[in-house]
Amino acid sequence: MTTRVGIEVSIALADAVKMANADVIAAYPITPQTHIVEHLAELVANGELDAEYIPVESEHSAMSACVGSASVGARTFTATAGQGLELMHEVLYIPSAMRLPIVMAVANRALSSPLSVWGDHSDMMAVRDTGWIQIVVENGQQAMDNILCAFRIAEDKRVLLPVMVHLDGFNLTHVVEPIVFPEQSDVDKFLPAYNYPLPLNPDRPVAMGDFAPPVIFTEAKWAQEVVLRDSKDIILECWNEFGKTFGRQYFPVERYHSDGAKVLLLTVGSFGETAMVAIDKMRAEGNDVGQIRLRLWRPFPFEELRQAVKDADILIVLDRAISFGGPGGVVASEVKAALYNLDKKPRIVSYVAGLGGRDITVAAFEAIIKNGIEIARTGSENEYEIYGVRG
Amino acid sequence: MTDVKNLIEIRWHGRGGQGAVTSAELLAQAAISEGKYAQAFPSFGPERRGAPVQAFNRVDSQEPVRIRADITEPDIVVVLDPSLLSIVNVTSGLRENGRVIINTRKTAEQIRSEFGINYPLATVNATRIAREQLGVPIVNTTMLGAIIKTTEVVDKESILAPLEKRFGRLGERNIKAMETAYQEVVIEEQ
Repeated sequence: MTTRVGIEVSIALADAVKMANADVIAAYPITPQTHIVEHLAELVANGELDAEYIPVESEHSAMSACVGSASVGARTFTATAGQGLELMHEVLYIPSAMRLPIVMAVANRALSSPLSVWGDHSDMMAVRDTGWIQIVVENGQQAMDNILCAFRIAEDKRVLLPVMVHLDGFNLTHVVEPIVFPEQSDVDKFLPAYNYPLPLNPDRPVAMGDFAPPVIFTEAKWAQEVVLRDSKDIILECWNEFGKTFGRQYFPVERYHSDGAKVLLLTVGSFGETAMVAIDKMRAEGNDVGQIRLRLWRPFPFEELRQAVKDADILIVLDRAISFGGPGGVVASEVKAALYNLDKKPRIVSYVAGLGGRDITVAAFEAIIKNGIEIARTGSENEYEIYGVRG
Repeated sequence: MTDVKNLIEIRWHGRGGQGAVTSAELLAQAAISEGKYAQAFPSFGPERRGAPVQAFNRVDSQEPVRIRADITEPDIVVVLDPSLLSIVNVTSGLRENGRVIINTRKTAEQIRSEFGINYPLATVNATRIAREQLGVPIVNTTMLGAIIKTTEVVDKESILAPLEKRFGRLGERNIKAMETAYQEVVIEEQ
């Protein structure tokens, strides 16, 4: 029996970590991730989760502690946001290269300055190349489900990579909504006890993260690249298995009325749900528009994206971050690169909106789509458009 | 903002620390326990005790709530603290068929002439009820009774479990306060 409850997304996410029976949590609280780690600390303190909670003094230490605990084979979780993710930045490259399956929730937040505690995707884009598997969720149910999936994917012996689950700060983390909790016994079957193949152990010494001279460094990096790319098959396998067990299936590129649509909007994250309302409205008015939503950011789902846009004439890509002095939208830039060599490809219009917690309303999405169609037809001197900016 | 049927959007006005967020959460939980779809969320950002704050509810009896923007065109406005009426335009964006539910010791006519609110009102002296039942002038749970009676957004029975769960041994007193407001609220014709 599953249970449907009204619960804050952060609390449900922490409960998912409990259901996954994590061994070690090392985290530093930061808005808007705070409720996740507070609830985990509470679960550990109350004896409801038999785990070691390490209250570290910074995010750099949080990730360093996670590297240590994952190295001995402990199921390891952390969470952060914005500046916290940036402070742990240099450590992020370590577990991906050392094949340590840490799971981290990122409550996406803008980066200073000016100071903003509110949400956008600047933090997500800044860690794009750290070698982690990166999954993006759009509502509380997906957050809970994908935390469970993240542990299974990360710990699969064909993968052994860290996984980030991105959820929008505030717009997801601080919202109470209906979430279906799975049965613990089903979770236990889906996510069996973890057995890391090469744990640090004084009786059976192994070396991790060694010094690598030029003669071996390229091979080490290539091996890392191959395993991250190949992880897509295992991610698909996991989502498929999750669908069979729990009745909700996930895809690297999620489609919404996109098949055959001539105009597509691509979104990343929770604002995609608001966009769906705009898509419904515009379709009801006779417009041939559809939507695709990027679920898997790394490894990038090249094939699925190409397949999803094959019939489209226009693709409008929404980013919630700016690549300064460059192409503007990071996602749009990647999408352009992924499609460039195709003979038939849509015209791509890059839009930036929703920075630092600014809402994108249904009406705003309608305007973005309508203006995007116009720009695709007439062309623009701009590398990208920014929606709703004053001055 | 949306043409979706069956969707009710509620905007709460209170002051930081008065429990608008808590009550919005309880209301969402009650709706969800009825099998409905609902959201509750605060005006995002740093918490400021005493400052005017907002909280939001969306309740949809038919389909999942997908809009994740603030509520700027509510169906219902709830005012926990009557002192806000002179400093916040609480009816901003309120829909044509909207309604304002106010904690006040004044009558609807007095409120209307004093603040020029051109919407039907529902009034209840929640501060007095809360003082009597809870011993403190914290009206958030009391106001739930007024909201439920006025809007029928959930059944009164559905709010009992969330109140008990949240307040433990104080649950009973909060339920009593809620029930009293449910009885006492004066609802103007639409």
